[in-house]
Amino acid sequence: MKPARFEYHAPKTVESAVALLAEVAPREGRVLAGGQSLVPAMALRLAMPGHLVDINGVAGLDRVRVEARELVIDACVRHAAFHRQVVGGPLGALLSHVVRHIAHYPIRIRGTFCGSLAHADPASEWCLVAATLGARMTARSVRGTRVLTAADFFQGPMATALAADELLAEARLPLLPADARFGFHEFSRRAGDFAVAMSLATFRIGNGVMTGVRLGIGGVEGSPRRIGAAEAMLEGQRPSSTVLRAAADQVARTVEPLDDARYAAGYRRDLARVLARRALESAAA
Amino acid sequence: MRANYIGQSVQRLEDLPLVTGRGRFAGDVSFPNQVHMRVVRSGHAHGRIRSVDVTRARAAPGVVAAWTAADVAGLRRIALREGPDARLEPYLQPVLAGERVRYVGEPVAVVFAEDPYLAEDAADLVGVEVEELPAVLDAHEPPSEFAPGRSTEPLVLRKGFGDVEAAFRAAHAVVELDLSIGRHSGVPLETRGAIACYDAARDLIRMYGAAKVPHRTRDGIAHVLDRDPATVHLHEGHVGGGFGVRGEVYPEDVLVCLGALRLARPVKWIEDRYENLIATNHSRQQRHRVRAAVDAGGRLLAIDDAFFHDQGAYPRTHGARVVDLTAAMLLGPYHVPAYRIAGHYRLTNKTPAATYRAPGRYEGSFVRERLMDAIALRLGLDRVEVRRRNLIPKTALPYRRELDAIGDEVVLDSGDYGGLLDKALEGVGWQKLQKDLKRRRAAGETVGAGIAMYLEKSGLGPRDGAHVTVDHTGGVEVVTGSASLGQGVETVMAQICADALGVDYRRVRVIHGQTDRIPKGIGAHASRATVMTGSAVHVAATSVRRKAIEAAAALMRVPADTLDIIDGRVVRKDSPDAISMDLGEVARSQASAPDAPGLSAEGWFESDHMNYPYGVHVAVVKVDRETGGVNVERFLIAYDVGRAVNPMLVEGQLAGGFAQGLGGALLEEFEYDGRGQPLSVTFADYLLPTASETPLVDVILSEDAPSPLNPLGLKGAGEGGITAVGAAVAAAIDDAIGIPGAVTRLPVTPMRLKEILDRANTPPRPVETGRGSG
Amino acid sequence: MKIALTLNVNGRDHPVQVEARRTLADAIREECGLTGTHLGCEHGVCGACTILLDGEPVRSCLMFAVQAAGRRVRTVEGLAEGEKLHPLQRAFIEHHGLQCGYCTPGFLMLATGALERNPDIGDAELLEVLSANLCRCTGYKNIVTAVRAAAGEMRLRR
Repeated sequence: MKPARFEYHAPKTVESAVALLAEVAPREGRVLAGGQSLVPAMALRLAMPGHLVDINGVAGLDRVRVEARELVIDACVRHAAFHRQVVGGPLGALLSHVVRHIAHYPIRIRGTFCGSLAHADPASEWCLVAATLGARMTARSVRGTRVLTAADFFQGPMATALAADELLAEARLPLLPADARFGFHEFSRRAGDFAVAMSLATFRIGNGVMTGVRLGIGGVEGSPRRIGAAEAMLEGQRPSSTVLRAAADQVARTVEPLDDARYAAGYRRDLARVLARRALESAAA
Repeated sequence: MRANYIGQSVQRLEDLPLVTGRGRFAGDVSFPNQVHMRVVRSGHAHGRIRSVDVTRARAAPGVVAAWTAADVAGLRRIALREGPDARLEPYLQPVLAGERVRYVGEPVAVVFAEDPYLAEDAADLVGVEVEELPAVLDAHEPPSEFAPGRSTEPLVLRKGFGDVEAAFRAAHAVVELDLSIGRHSGVPLETRGAIACYDAARDLIRMYGAAKVPHRTRDGIAHVLDRDPATVHLHEGHVGGGFGVRGEVYPEDVLVCLGALRLARPVKWIEDRYENLIATNHSRQQRHRVRAAVDAGGRLLAIDDAFFHDQGAYPRTHGARVVDLTAAMLLGPYHVPAYRIAGHYRLTNKTPAATYRAPGRYEGSFVRERLMDAIALRLGLDRVEVRRRNLIPKTALPYRRELDAIGDEVVLDSGDYGGLLDKALEGVGWQKLQKDLKRRRAAGETVGAGIAMYLEKSGLGPRDGAHVTVDHTGGVEVVTGSASLGQGVETVMAQICADALGVDYRRVRVIHGQTDRIPKGIGAHASRATVMTGSAVHVAATSVRRKAIEAAAALMRVPADTLDIIDGRVVRKDSPDAISMDLGEVARSQASAPDAPGLSAEGWFESDHMNYPYGVHVAVVKVDRETGGVNVERFLIAYDVGRAVNPMLVEGQLAGGFAQGLGGALLEEFEYDGRGQPLSVTFADYLLPTASETPLVDVILSEDAPSPLNPLGLKGAGEGGITAVGAAVAAAIDDAIGIPGAVTRLPVTPMRLKEILDRANTPPRPVETGRGSG
Repeated sequence: MKIALTLNVNGRDHPVQVEARRTLADAIREECGLTGTHLGCEHGVCGACTILLDGEPVRSCLMFAVQAAGRRVRTVEGLAEGEKLHPLQRAFIEHHGLQCGYCTPGFLMLATGALERNPDIGDAELLEVLSANLCRCTGYKNIVTAVRAAAGEMRLRR
């Protein structure tokens, strides 16, 4: 399980990184950030990039900062950065709660938030967070910069809207309102495994009713997404057990689960229902 | 003999190099000028080979050679270890597939290159064209054709005694079950590896990376290469776990040796994990259609079982051993007046299977203990009580079962099964546990407990030998034909030797796994090392002690019976502080003795019966009804080991076996798709338990029933941790979900458990045939 | 095409020449001759290859050697101070925390990294950390005991 040969590039600036990408993308050039997903694929020779553009040495790609009510996460910010709350308020708490479910400590030392998004594994926790919270992804290339919404960004299992020569330079998560609540639940076979299914819910409660509801499902379909039909049933309602269950049932009706030898569609659908309900219950508690 | 060390949890002698990173595992062994071997493997489960083209591989950078079946055409097939079996000979695997491929992972070609990266690059350039044939994937469907005139069922192994039909006619009740154990295996953390060098000056092949049964492997390789076994030396270094699957004679071992011979350069081969999961022996997959006849009190009158053993594509060197052991040991510790079992040995297009820790017993215990639970349910009896009623009483041992197990008569040598059951129940607090579970269930938790009992076997003979020498400094060397898999064999042998001889165990150096240091050995498997090698060491060390005392008595001019050896010194029993001699002195004095110079002795131990340790497993689980997830909260193992040389090591074996048993119960499975493509090919698919899934197991170590069959009363401990885990966890899950008999298949994955729960929640359709309820 | 770089391992510089695709694990084992770091899966799941990179545990099979230039690498061979064993090494021996020893270097480095970062680590978090690596021999019980014992000693030493 040794990787196939590749040419290695270690640019020092973002400009040279994107220039290199432009040059090598047509020859199967890929970005190497954390490597925790890419390198195993290379070891199995499922991925055989002809070129790797290692961005770990690019200055200034490891910042997390707040800008215009968004949390801006640069390309090389590691999962481990989120062990502590990177920003006050519910978003920081949500991220440090979710990060504990991602793999194991040594993986989190290297793996990156943006790398997870670019890899787009349906079972990736950060992808669900991005989809549910409405992240905006900034792609950079020699042709300029463009911003993609989560709905446009995720295009199926292991597929994103990024062009071959685009670097995912940063991801922006909107800060949650100060009184927002969240709930996250995942089902996996073992501690640290990818999610077989997971759900993230956030909302505020004002005058006893839920507002600003976001409910996302991941691991069940090719890409994570918000379930609008369920959100509509929750918006403006009291978070009673009946209401939450009905919304969870709607999630089950709406999802089009992956069906494979490992997990049948019906089982994934059932998990979606259960985890959506649990996520909502945790948020409401 | 003073037991200074036997029975003590002394620290292991093996550990220092291992904790400082100075171990010598196969991957750590390298020789100047070596080439690296890479195997090209079939990507089809079944097919006719049209062509294997190594032209591009031969031309690739750094490649020294590339072979196909044509290049190794003269080689014999790897032989069965216990001798030829006419029923299986026609099915033996060729070293490289020539005409047909029969499993994904089968070696088809081999490449030798300057480094492993280049070897893998070149292997990718080998073109294998296969005309795909349908894959046989079900061992219990009617047999099909392996080759013209040869069915995929080479043999059916039958055992039995008593009048089974009469028993079923007279039965108060009959329970019938269809049970399956999933395909899984040892999967050690170190993959396979071998390094071979050919010493042309002495016409000697040396292979490093041997394990488990170095002498047998040497013989096996020599046979294939048509060489005198004395011209093949195997050397064992550190071994990263065996569990039965390492130490088989595999095609790769032969190819490494042949490579060294033909290329006149050392050849190194280290398997990667992907290869390991598709080419190292699988195990366990069986389906049992079993029924039991009982009387009104729940006592067994007969067991009748037909089972289908999924052997995979070819026999392995153990032949039908796993089927034999399944059949021989299925009855466990219970008295069963009549028995009939038929083991159907079936070939399929999957990775070949062979022995894995407690082979035949993990499978058989699942079957037997599910039966006991079913009997309890049918008759409305307590699950513990029904077992107690069926246990062979202590007074009936030694107890002859009218069976043989791999050629040995089954005589249960010693045991107090009821006594251990009591210890287990008390140790786990069974009564209080039931109350706690009831309370928790009332509060809405889905929790339950399961219990299972089992017999193990150990001390497989027929004989073993050891050589003990005291050198002129008083240091002791013990040469054995044993093998280390990481279990602490050096420490255990040192403890036994030290007690018999009268020295500090830290002065005892134990040699194992080197076929050029001792002519014969049966390695370490079947939990035999402590019993067989340990007994041989005891005999040899006792002889050396006697010689030392006699020699010292002559030199000190006192009667031999006034002397003792304490901490390496020969002393007078009545005045240990008086004049004494240290053993080194005694050895020096013997350097020019006329007959056998030096202070040493050989010792042999023979046994034509195995011995039978036994145990009880108790599992407590919590089920998440909505996801089907299972959490094992607690697990207790009560195990009678006869006599523990090193209790800490025995407990370590039990804890390790438990974790593997847990994997087989809930997580581990080699799955295949409809075309025979393996789906469990990385550690992301084949799930090993981590510390989070593995509770800290409670162990009750019992020494109530030493074996009368060896001087120290020893029984083996290598396998008892795993044997009944599947059964206990299944029973606990049934108890938790309140559906007795629900679990009929391992592993109990969340999806399967959810299906069971969903079916139970669906209102049943009316029953059409009146076969009796329940 | 080989790249020349210097790997700093256990405080010593090792000048090496490797292809870009040479993993850090292979470079440590082969070019630096330190075979204590083991390969259990080469796809980042088992943790047998765990080393400390600038003090943090990482899977060396998931990095290329070229990426470790200018970084401080610590392997199991660097734990002991001469003949004096690290408390974790002693604890593993004392508590029978190893059988075959193949996973042991990975666990030692994982635990070293975790305990040096936080010697006061709680039981639940410790279990979480130790769940990162696979062991096939011990059933984990004695590994947990050994690490807890070593943590106790490392706290006292502080």
